[in-house]
Amino acid sequence: MLEVRDLKVSFRTEQGLVQAIDGVSFSVAEGEILGVVGESGSGKTVSLLAVMGLITDPNALIEGSIKYKGRELVGLNAKEMRQLRGREIAMIFQDPMTALTPVYTIGWQIAEQIRAHNKISAKAAELRAIELLAEVNIPNPAEAIHRYPHQLSGGMRQRAVIAMALSCNPSLLVADEPTTALDVTVQAQILDLVRKLQRNHKSAVVFITHDMGVIAEIASRVMVMYAGRIVERGSQSQLFSSPLHPYTKALLDSIPPLEGPKPHRLKSIPGAPPTLLNRPAGCAFAPRCVNRFEACINTPALTANGHDAACFRVNP
Amino acid sequence: MFLAIAQRLGQMLFVMLGISITVFLIFFATPGADPSARIAGRNASPEVLEAVRKSFGFDQPFYVQYLIMMKKIFISGDLTSFVNRGWKVVPAILDAIPVTLSLVIGAAVLWVIFAIIIGTVAAATRGSWLDKALMIMGLIGISMPVYWLGEVMNLITQSRFKDTWMFSWVPPLGYKNFSDSPKAWFLTLIIPWITLAILYIGLYARVLRANLIEAMQEDYVRTARAKGLSETRILLRHALRTSLISFITLFGLDFGALVGGAALLTEVVFDLHGVGKLTYEALLTLDLPVIMATVLYASIFVVLANALVDVIYIFLDPRVRTV
Repeated sequence: MLEVRDLKVSFRTEQGLVQAIDGVSFSVAEGEILGVVGESGSGKTVSLLAVMGLITDPNALIEGSIKYKGRELVGLNAKEMRQLRGREIAMIFQDPMTALTPVYTIGWQIAEQIRAHNKISAKAAELRAIELLAEVNIPNPAEAIHRYPHQLSGGMRQRAVIAMALSCNPSLLVADEPTTALDVTVQAQILDLVRKLQRNHKSAVVFITHDMGVIAEIASRVMVMYAGRIVERGSQSQLFSSPLHPYTKALLDSIPPLEGPKPHRLKSIPGAPPTLLNRPAGCAFAPRCVNRFEACINTPALTANGHDAACFRVNP
Repeated sequence: MFLAIAQRLGQMLFVMLGISITVFLIFFATPGADPSARIAGRNASPEVLEAVRKSFGFDQPFYVQYLIMMKKIFISGDLTSFVNRGWKVVPAILDAIPVTLSLVIGAAVLWVIFAIIIGTVAAATRGSWLDKALMIMGLIGISMPVYWLGEVMNLITQSRFKDTWMFSWVPPLGYKNFSDSPKAWFLTLIIPWITLAILYIGLYARVLRANLIEAMQEDYVRTARAKGLSETRILLRHALRTSLISFITLFGLDFGALVGGAALLTEVVFDLHGVGKLTYEALLTLDLPVIMATVLYASIFVVLANALVDVIYIFLDPRVRTV
């Protein structure tokens, strides 16, 4: 349904052209949940913002191809993109505290989206908003539509944001760390909700997170990003049972084990991810990698056989 | 919501009580400034001084003096000037109020409308030549002193181009009562309105543009974009709506101050006998009752304008509604 080929996003800055996304290709099939993992700055959000056409920075350059249901989105005019956004592709953002306009009720904001894409009356849109709020398990939805964002808790706001995203039955839902700003119990409820809605609405979901635990909960396929490139992709079970890339292995090692003896110290990855301005030549992970060897000064290609990794150890 | 409004208006009364006491103490209880000596004039004999003191109640404790003063201003309204004996202060202020209100409200309407239009257009076309041109014009507007601009306006409309088709409609300087002739009232005030508004249009347009550009970076604007709304709708319904909150704050302060006498320069240049001019003349002659009354009047308007702004807040920003 969504086919991204060799996507490159770069920003013109005073220090020259900065490549935020460097040749990312992936696809999303109907009804599946694709997990995108990576540290902050790995380009996971930017690549999905590019899909949404939400990179508004005039200094951004977007190259490559993004095909949605056969339609090319790169270079699509603003009006057509707008009609797609919110109706076909919807997005949930990280921080529910700031994602809603503070001066309007949540019912108004949901109805606004419905009426932007469908010619229906204000009354009908309001009824639909009530339905949606009930669907995301907000108690007393008929009354909740009159609430302002500041009157709701973080979890309730995120539910309202999800209800809004689902209001036009999108085929693709992009969730950008929707649970990161919430506490753990609310996180679990939101994950359940996303899974339930994905089944009911038959939407495909791209779930961005930096939390391997969340990926294990929700994703059917996973792609791991590092410094603007995909380093590994595969099904959830492949990735967790037999990770190929040293970065994925290191990420999994850094999760505290639930069974067995308690480790003295949690394993961590030495160093920090490179900034976009000084990404090392060749494999970007090499400086932090325990398995690096001479070949790593070149850029490894991603294999293409279902469970893929961009590493010379895997694919010499 | 109504509770919040009622509470706000209640607070206003306390603020005004505090202001009236402070102003009274500054002018009448400052050590070394004996008001009776001012009234009696130079070289007055001790007997005359004593008589003045008695007739104005200056031989009584301060709180009695304060109460007499408040009674004369607010209840009996028979406060008289020290300098022009027998001249009633309260009617003089009541005559000046409509002049100042006409000037300031008209200018405020102009500046709010034009500042919103210019600020929004500049923010929407950020970085373009139109944005730059509008902001440079705004800067020029802010930089022109109002007394100079007023004189230039008078030079053009009252003297150099007075007899051309452009400005033959401009009536001579001075104020015409609205009740006498709405048309004359309107025509005499057009040039003063524009003169006073130009500074504020420049200032408010620049402030609004900055606020809008900041608001357009907010997360909720990104959400609005993700909803598939048009850029115009995002700018007007989401960004402008939230930016108006700080716009209104600024407006309350400026509006209150202008009605309270800060429009003095405009009033002098266009020969409008408003509150600013009255205060100015009273200060020149140190006419204490007039100063007292005009300062109190000014404070009432500043406080009223701020209360009004708070009430508007309650409508604009739902977060303020919960007390």
